[in-house]
Amino acid sequence: MDFMLMFNSPAQDLEREKNDPASATYWESWRAYMNAIYGAGIVKSGNALKAPYTASTVRIRDGKRQVQDGPYADTKELLGGYLVINVASLDDALQWAERSPSSISGSTEVRPILSMSEN
Amino acid sequence: MDCNAQAAAESVARTSYGRLLAYLALQWRDLPAAEDALSEAFAAALSKWPQQGVPASPEGWLLTVARRKLIDESRRNLIFDPLNDSTIIRAEPSKDFPDERLRLMLICAHPAIDVAVRPALILQTVLGLEVKTMAAAFLTPPDTLTKRLTRAKKKIRDSGMAYERPDPQDMPDRLNSLLEATYAAYFLGGQTSLLDAADPEDLRSEAEYLARLIATLVPESAEALGFLALLCFCQARRPAQTSPDGDFIPLLEQQTGLWDSGLMKEGYTLLATASEMAQPGPFQIEASIHAAHCYRAFTGVVPWPEIASLYDALVDQHPTVGSLVGRAVAHASQDPARGLKLLDDIDPALVRNYQSWWLARGYVLEMLGQLDLACLSLERGLGLTTDPGLRRYLSSRLARIKSASSPERRYL
Repeated sequence: MDFMLMFNSPAQDLEREKNDPASATYWESWRAYMNAIYGAGIVKSGNALKAPYTASTVRIRDGKRQVQDGPYADTKELLGGYLVINVASLDDALQWAERSPSSISGSTEVRPILSMSEN
Repeated sequence: MDCNAQAAAESVARTSYGRLLAYLALQWRDLPAAEDALSEAFAAALSKWPQQGVPASPEGWLLTVARRKLIDESRRNLIFDPLNDSTIIRAEPSKDFPDERLRLMLICAHPAIDVAVRPALILQTVLGLEVKTMAAAFLTPPDTLTKRLTRAKKKIRDSGMAYERPDPQDMPDRLNSLLEATYAAYFLGGQTSLLDAADPEDLRSEAEYLARLIATLVPESAEALGFLALLCFCQARRPAQTSPDGDFIPLLEQQTGLWDSGLMKEGYTLLATASEMAQPGPFQIEASIHAAHCYRAFTGVVPWPEIASLYDALVDQHPTVGSLVGRAVAHASQDPARGLKLLDDIDPALVRNYQSWWLARGYVLEMLGQLDLACLSLERGLGLTTDPGLRRYLSSRLARIKSASSPERRYL
């Protein structure tokens, strides 16, 4: 069964620089996690996203396009990346979510992927 | 005969509802659909059995009808073709279908299910309790409870959770979550005195039934036995908990002669068996605290030092607000000043609206002779109390302390 793991992190984590020495352990924990989850052979797809300041949010209101600079809402945690994994059950997906660095400083949302035959 | 058929259907519902539902839900992996199919099967039994007679295997009959409904339904929805699913067609209805209630209960108490809905979900799926019965006992409007239950069942169906029995290393956590939910069903289910108008069914006996069922299904778990022991001691004291007028009687003022000695004996036996298994846990400690309180029935004395050290152990393993307050009261009985300090050391944010903390504080301040402060705490506790029997008890206790502390009284 396919699940999406959505890694939500506080803004300060998403704005960390790749080669900032103060963030070395942070990036090391992500590298270790990604090595483990890709090594398990369960990842189907996934991406990391650029920092929230690069986001643009579009809405149609009164038939007109509105573009907002930044992510859709001011929330404490923002989507920083996602993976789609294939595991036997929600329980396995929850265990992978638990190991993610985003679960320590933010949260990791787990949702089953809707397959075409279901709807 | 109409009434024979009805009685037969009711008897199967009472004894086998949970087994039938668990088997169908796990085989079909769709709890809401299994529930609908089973209730249609019961409705069909009530209309067919009076004419055709009660079948030799009522359960097998119900299973066959329910399974046919499920097949019809899934064909209609075209989710999958059950004719191609050999496991469903091969399974012949028989009296010996496996008991899957433990698996169903563990699913209902899964960490991904909202903790607040777990007690009602288990009572409904395993015992077939109706929303209107539970809503009254859980003090939740029936519509709200129905919505929560529906959402939980859809989540079980759609979130991809494992239906298999958890791995041995995960079992203690999962079982603990099931016992917690049953514990909540017991205590929430006892709030019936709040509803003066109706006479809602008390859910405590249903929770006791669940505890017995769990202990039978997982006899290798010392915590499951400890939990059943805990409920035995609680149930044993029920006849002494309220006066004939429905007023609350606190534990230390209860007449021990009214306690049920058979249930207490069962509790002690269960605890002894559990302790031989050498798997300590919070439910066993909590049961031991209740067991120690019950010693008063035989010795006339409350063994406070033993209770205090049991609370120390409980707080060590499971530091909930309830166990912190219990520990403070136990220590206060030997050293009131220490008890007050333990109460005041608890994080104020946790206890500001926690009724038991205010009542415990009033009790300890009264022991210390600080009657004005005791009254303030008790009044705050009374303000947080909704149970009418407990409110009457607290009001009369407040009146008693006030008359003892008022200056006029000294000259009377």
